[in-house]
Amino acid sequence: MNELTTINIHEAINHLKKKDFSVLELIGAHFKRIEETKHLNAFITSNYDKAMDSAKKSDSIIRENKMRNLEGIPIAVKDNFCTKNIRTTASSKILHNFVPQYESTVTRNMLNEGCIITGKTSLDEFGMGSSNKTSFFGKVKNPVGKNKMEYHVPGGSSGGSAVAVSSFSSMGALGTDTGGSIRQPAAFCGVVGLKPTYGRCSRFGIMAFASSLDQAGSLTRTVEDASIMLRTMASYDKKDSTSSRNSLENLLLPISEDISKLNIGIPTEYMKENIASDIFNSWEMSAKWLKEGGANLVEIDLPHSKYSLSTYYIISSAEASSNLSRYDGIRFGYRSNDNNIKDLYVNSRSDGFGEEVKRRIMIGTYVLSKGHYDSYYLHALKVRQLIKQDFINAFKKVDAIILPTTPYPAPPLNKNTDNPIEMYMNDIFTVPASLAGIPAISLPVGLTKDGRPTSIQVMGPSFKENTILKVGKFIETAANFSKIKNQEKML
Amino acid sequence: MTKESSDKTNKSGSNIGNEWEMAIGLEIHAQITSTTKLFSCATTVFGKQPNSQVSLLDAGFPGTLPVINDFCIEQAVKTGLALNGKVNNISNFDRKNYFYPDLPLGYQISQFYNPIISDGSVTIDINNIKKNISLDHIHIEQDAGKSIHDLHPNKTLIDLNRSGVPLMEIVTKPEMKSSEEAMSFVKKLRSILRYLGTCNGNMEKGNLRIDLNISVNKVGDELGTRVEIKNLNSIRFMNLAIDYEVNRQIKMLDNNDKVQQETRLFDPIKYITKKMRSKEDSQDYRYFPDPDLPPIILSNNYISKVKESIAELPDSKQMRFMKEYSLSKYDSSILVSEKSYSTYFEESLKNNKFLESNQSDVAKITANLLTGTIFSLLKKDNMSIEESKISEKDLSYIVEHVHKSEISNHIAKGIINTVWDTGEDIEYSVHKAKSEQNDDRLEYVVEDVLDKNKQKVEEYNKGKLKLFDFFIGMAMKNTRGKADPVAVRKILTKKLSSEKYR
Repeated sequence: MNELTTINIHEAINHLKKKDFSVLELIGAHFKRIEETKHLNAFITSNYDKAMDSAKKSDSIIRENKMRNLEGIPIAVKDNFCTKNIRTTASSKILHNFVPQYESTVTRNMLNEGCIITGKTSLDEFGMGSSNKTSFFGKVKNPVGKNKMEYHVPGGSSGGSAVAVSSFSSMGALGTDTGGSIRQPAAFCGVVGLKPTYGRCSRFGIMAFASSLDQAGSLTRTVEDASIMLRTMASYDKKDSTSSRNSLENLLLPISEDISKLNIGIPTEYMKENIASDIFNSWEMSAKWLKEGGANLVEIDLPHSKYSLSTYYIISSAEASSNLSRYDGIRFGYRSNDNNIKDLYVNSRSDGFGEEVKRRIMIGTYVLSKGHYDSYYLHALKVRQLIKQDFINAFKKVDAIILPTTPYPAPPLNKNTDNPIEMYMNDIFTVPASLAGIPAISLPVGLTKDGRPTSIQVMGPSFKENTILKVGKFIETAANFSKIKNQEKML
Repeated sequence: MTKESSDKTNKSGSNIGNEWEMAIGLEIHAQITSTTKLFSCATTVFGKQPNSQVSLLDAGFPGTLPVINDFCIEQAVKTGLALNGKVNNISNFDRKNYFYPDLPLGYQISQFYNPIISDGSVTIDINNIKKNISLDHIHIEQDAGKSIHDLHPNKTLIDLNRSGVPLMEIVTKPEMKSSEEAMSFVKKLRSILRYLGTCNGNMEKGNLRIDLNISVNKVGDELGTRVEIKNLNSIRFMNLAIDYEVNRQIKMLDNNDKVQQETRLFDPIKYITKKMRSKEDSQDYRYFPDPDLPPIILSNNYISKVKESIAELPDSKQMRFMKEYSLSKYDSSILVSEKSYSTYFEESLKNNKFLESNQSDVAKITANLLTGTIFSLLKKDNMSIEESKISEKDLSYIVEHVHKSEISNHIAKGIINTVWDTGEDIEYSVHKAKSEQNDDRLEYVVEDVLDKNKQKVEEYNKGKLKLFDFFIGMAMKNTRGKADPVAVRKILTKKLSSEKYR
């Protein structure tokens, strides 16, 4: 493997500044790597031609000393960000041929800073899943911790993005997180996943799953890279009424690691959950490192968090059932071969959507229907407020909260989980931050005995990404998770 | 309701006898006057090439998001205040979910749980009896596109130009008791909306559409089962639909049948209503708050600023016309019934140089000629007042001459008719009429002189020609020197050679 693919974004920017290598060389090396790792199925669509053109342009911009913030950096983009003239499918048959004529605000921001899109990565169809198994374009394989017999699941829904970063075929990747869709695959693949505060990045041009929860974020190999990506991704956007005007001024680079005055919350209720021992140990280790670094550990209560999962599945499915109504075969995307409108609707949507998406549409339709609205949807909205309030109360006492990202490490790829509830349980530690709209970062801290990554999640108050990046950076240094860089032998 | 009062309403209502009464509630879909759509920056011009005014959002493309058009909010607040409603400091947008090919998002963005305006009322006046019709609420929503079924033999075509066009739905309580009341309500509402500039009220262009809820009950009983009649696009059709539906329902009840709660459509050719769907078939719209749109939060400061911007409304304008110009209640009610009428009227007054010296006379003459003559010409040619062939200035010019008694009211009407039909220059027309009128008067004066001096006429006829100057002198004296001597000479010559004086 070419060493140009193993450096991180921060390092690459410095090298390009010094003209140690060209963007063309950098991008070329990554496409070679994409070719080598093709069997992982991380990408749905390659952007080779455009990327090579952009690389040449970036080189001339660097020659003119007009280098932008992310000039020439190869980034993979989850296939639910609309990219102008690049097919965007949301991993769904219903959009298998959809080529947007517009650019999402986040990818626009990235492109404006010189970033180069390597390709569009696979996801669970429309972001619905935690395994990346629901993609119309096939399963994605997690290269990390592979033993002789089998691959593990990469997690989801940003599974393709997580694999692209952990397999060194892109330096960073864009993902979206609705209930853990960045953090959970980051945890399974041993990379850093950042879900910013709801509203921090514009949702314009992102194919909606659940509008009140969806948030764009990044998958990177270091916490510092997450910070670099966020500075470019985030913006107030008048095209998204829920985007925030809150500024990012206090996002410091390089990130300070001084955590000595911080109060770190440990939510004790979660200890009762069924957590794998390796993961529990990682949590304890992280707490220990922070304490040694001078932080003050505080036990906190999040009394309503036990309702998070059901609240999340009611709200997200309700919104999804409505958001996905526009995929009807009338104006774009897959259309069944029918001559009357009712058959056209039924067959286009029955054939075009996968099983998990249809399940969520059914759940969502049910909880919004007459006679069920009050007892399910309205109730869930109220519980969501209580969950939010739990966090507001907690953050009066602490600056950040640490919690494992997932209760278990990545399960084997071919283990059949017919029970959706079991799959949904995977999100138990990630959905609370989504419901509360607060920022959270997941970072790898160790490996299980059989080599699967274990990760810790740091959550902070709304718009305090700087705090979680600081705490994350401290844990990252303490954990010294450079071991992951040696995993390429196992691919 | 007491027997006595219901009898009274029946007198002014459709003739359904004394046994039954009806209750009508209206839902008016008024297109908000705005150059751009409710949530996108596509334009709203009527009659453009199909699908030429469609943004990505209006076509439901993935990842596109609605952004509220603040101007539409202001228009709705203005309307709510003018209709005596309560502006809610916090309101929400909700999604109404249903599938239809001309509804690209698969849901309509509307306001279901917390509308922008609660309550409100409109005062109507029938035969000098005032009645308040209460509003339930006003909410904002987006329009759907249009399905065209008759342009292709086996395909339905979709035009999304209307998709996302801003609408206000003005919902009344079932307080109207006759088609006259319903008609009066719609006219009054439309007039207020036009005054405000929040809806142009053009029913032919679909800018004002009516859904009707109607039930009948025996006098003294509770309200009957209501039937909804959708999408009436003229006041006339609304009346016909009410008449048909009331009779249908009474007939059913007389036969001991039950009226079903259902939605019906009016057939504009046969003038009947037809069943569209029953209550059981009605869809579950699964309303829920739109997560793409934050609540609309309006401060009291904002609301009072909008209130200040509201121009004079018909009722207060009518009071002012009666007071300021001493116009009759009837005349002023006609003049304020459309904003364009009162604007024309006051513009014409403004141009009149005698307005200050004799306001009430000038106003009265102007009102008479406008409501009497010009309105009937407009009606004859099916024109709006903006298209009038007599301008505000033309009218003031004529009124000035009537005011000076140079031409009579009768002559003024003739001038207006001539100018309207022939396009003759107004000043020329007035001048001509004036001189004609002067000649008539002079003929009378000259004849009077000749009749009173028969002896001298005989002498003149016998050859004493210098008496000609005597007659001129007498005529001039009788007009106190105001007559034109040349005209007098001309008339005198004509008279003396006529049979009568030979």
